[in-house]
Amino acid sequence: MNRRDGDTCSSTPDDSLAREERRLGWTLVAPALGVVLLVAIAPLAWTVWESFHHHDLRMPWLGRSFVGLANYRELLGTPRFWASLAHTAFFAVASVSLELILGLVLALAMQRASRGRALIRATVLVPWALPTVVAALLWRFLFQSDAGVVNAVLIAAGVLDQPVVWLAGTVTAWVPVILADVWKTTPFVALLLLAGLQGIDPTLHESAAIDGAGRWRVLTRITLPLLRPAILVALVFRTLDAIRVFDLIYVLTGGGPGTATEPVALYTFSALMQNLRFGYGAALSVTIFAVAFLLAVIYVRLLGADDGRGGSTT
Amino acid sequence: MTTWLRRGALAFILLLFAFPFYWAIVASLTPEASLFQAPSLVPRTLVLDHYRALFTERDFGTPIRNSLIVAGATTALCITLGTLAAYALARLRFRGRSAVLGALLAVTMFPQISIVSPLYILLRALHLLDTYPGLVLPYLTFAMPLTVWLLTTYFRQLPGELEDAARVDGASRWQTFTRVLLPLAMPGIATTAILTFIYCWNEFLFALSFTLGPERWTVPVAIALFRGQYQVPWGQILAAAVVATAPVAALVLAFQRRIVQGLTSGAVKG
Repeated sequence: MNRRDGDTCSSTPDDSLAREERRLGWTLVAPALGVVLLVAIAPLAWTVWESFHHHDLRMPWLGRSFVGLANYRELLGTPRFWASLAHTAFFAVASVSLELILGLVLALAMQRASRGRALIRATVLVPWALPTVVAALLWRFLFQSDAGVVNAVLIAAGVLDQPVVWLAGTVTAWVPVILADVWKTTPFVALLLLAGLQGIDPTLHESAAIDGAGRWRVLTRITLPLLRPAILVALVFRTLDAIRVFDLIYVLTGGGPGTATEPVALYTFSALMQNLRFGYGAALSVTIFAVAFLLAVIYVRLLGADDGRGGSTT
Repeated sequence: MTTWLRRGALAFILLLFAFPFYWAIVASLTPEASLFQAPSLVPRTLVLDHYRALFTERDFGTPIRNSLIVAGATTALCITLGTLAAYALARLRFRGRSAVLGALLAVTMFPQISIVSPLYILLRALHLLDTYPGLVLPYLTFAMPLTVWLLTTYFRQLPGELEDAARVDGASRWQTFTRVLLPLAMPGIATTAILTFIYCWNEFLFALSFTLGPERWTVPVAIALFRGQYQVPWGQILAAAVVATAPVAALVLAFQRRIVQGLTSGAVKG
C-alpha cells in the first residue's frame, strides 16, 4: 500500500498493515451484515414504530394514525393475551425440563455405549432434522380419537375403558403437543450434552472412583457441575425456541380446543394475518420479542458468569 | 447385569424414538379402507396408492420443486456471502468484530413472528408476495446469521501456521484466503450448507404468510394445509410426510458425524 500524505513518521508499516486488515475485514463483512440489517433489524425497528399506530389493513381508508400506547393498553386488558402468555410459559417449562432430564439420561447412555453409537446417533438425529410440521402431523395421527394407536394401546393395557378424544380436551390436548416437542428436540439436547460430557477429563471420574465415591456421587458432584456450561447452552437454545413455538401447535391443535393451547406466537399470527390488525399485532410482536430478549440477556449473564470455569470450550 | 439393564433401557428409548416413523411409514402404505380399523403392529397388505395419489391427484411435485428452489437459492446466497464474512470475523483483526458477531447471534434469537408484518408489507410493496424471491429474502433473516456463525467457528479451528507461511511467501491476504484457507474450510462449508438447507426446507411460518396459493406453497405448507373432501386423508398426509422427510433424513444419515460436530461446536463455542 502506498501512502502519500506526508505524515510518514507516525505511520509505521505495522500501522498500514492494520489499516489494510481493517478495511478488508469490513469489506468482507459488509454484504452479509447489510443483508441482516436490511431484512431482520430494520423490520424489527419498523415493528416497534408500527406498534404505536392504529393500522388495520381491513380498513385502509383510516390510514395509519399515531395512537401512543393504546395498542399496549388494549393488549394488557385482553384475557386472550394473558392466556396465550400463560400457555407459552407452561409449554416452555414443561417441554424444556422434560427435554433436559431425558437428554441428560440419553447423553449419559450414549457416552457409555461402546457399540452402535452411529446407530443411536442416526436414530435420534432424524427426529431433529425433519420438518416440525411433519412431527406435529405424526403425533396428531398417533393421538387420533377413533383409530389412534395411543388409545388402542391404552385400552388394550386396561388403562382406559373407552377412547379419549385427546385434542378436544383443554388439558389432554397438551399431551401430544408436549410429547411431540420432547420427541423432536431431546436429541439435540442429548447431543449438546454428549459433546459436553466428552470434554470432561475421564481421569477425574477414575480418581473419584478410587477415592470410593459411588456412581450417584460422581454424577452429582463431578459430572453435573462440570457439565454446567453445556446444560446452560442447551437451556438457552431450547427456551428461546420454546417461547416462539408456532409450527408445532398450529398444525397439531390449531391452538384449540377454542384457544386452550394457543401460544403468543399463534395469537400474534391470527391478529396479523387473519384479522389484519397490524398495529395491534405489532404490539404483540414487540411483547414477544421483549420476553425473548430479556431471557437471552439473563442467560448471557449466566453464561458469562460461567466463563473460564467450564470444560467444553476449546 | 447392570450392563444388560442399561442396554435394554437404551434400546427401549431408541425404539420409542423410532416408533412414530415406523407407524407413519406403515400407515402410508396401508389401503384407505383399513386405515381406520383397529391398528395392527405388523401390516397385512401394503399398497403404494397414497404415494401415487400424491403425485397424480395432488400435484405434490409442485411444492417439492418450490422448496428445492427456495432452500437451494437461500443456501447458495448465504454460503457465498457468509464465507467472506466468516473469514473476516475469524481471521482478521479489526474493531467492531465482536459487536458484529454479537449482533448476528442476537438475530438468531429473534422470534420470527415479530418481523412477519413488516416483511409482509415490504414484500407487498415490492410485488414480491407469492414469488420465489419473496421467500428467499425472508429466509435470509434466519439463514444468514446461522451460516456466518457456523462458518466463523470452522474458520477459527483452522491452523494459523499455514496462513503465516503463505504470508511470508509473499501472498496477499486475499490470496491466502482463496488459495490456502478456502480449500481447508471446504468440509466445514459443506456441513454448513447442509444445515442451512435443512433449516430452509423445514421453515413454515414465513412460507405460510408470504405465499397466497398452492402454486407457490413449499412442502411444509402444502402438508399442513392438506384437506380431504369428506375426512382427513391420513394416508396421503403420511405419504407426504414420508416424502418430505426423505431428503433431510438422507442428508442427516449420510453426514451424521459432521452434522453433529457442526451443531454442537456452533452452539458450545458461543
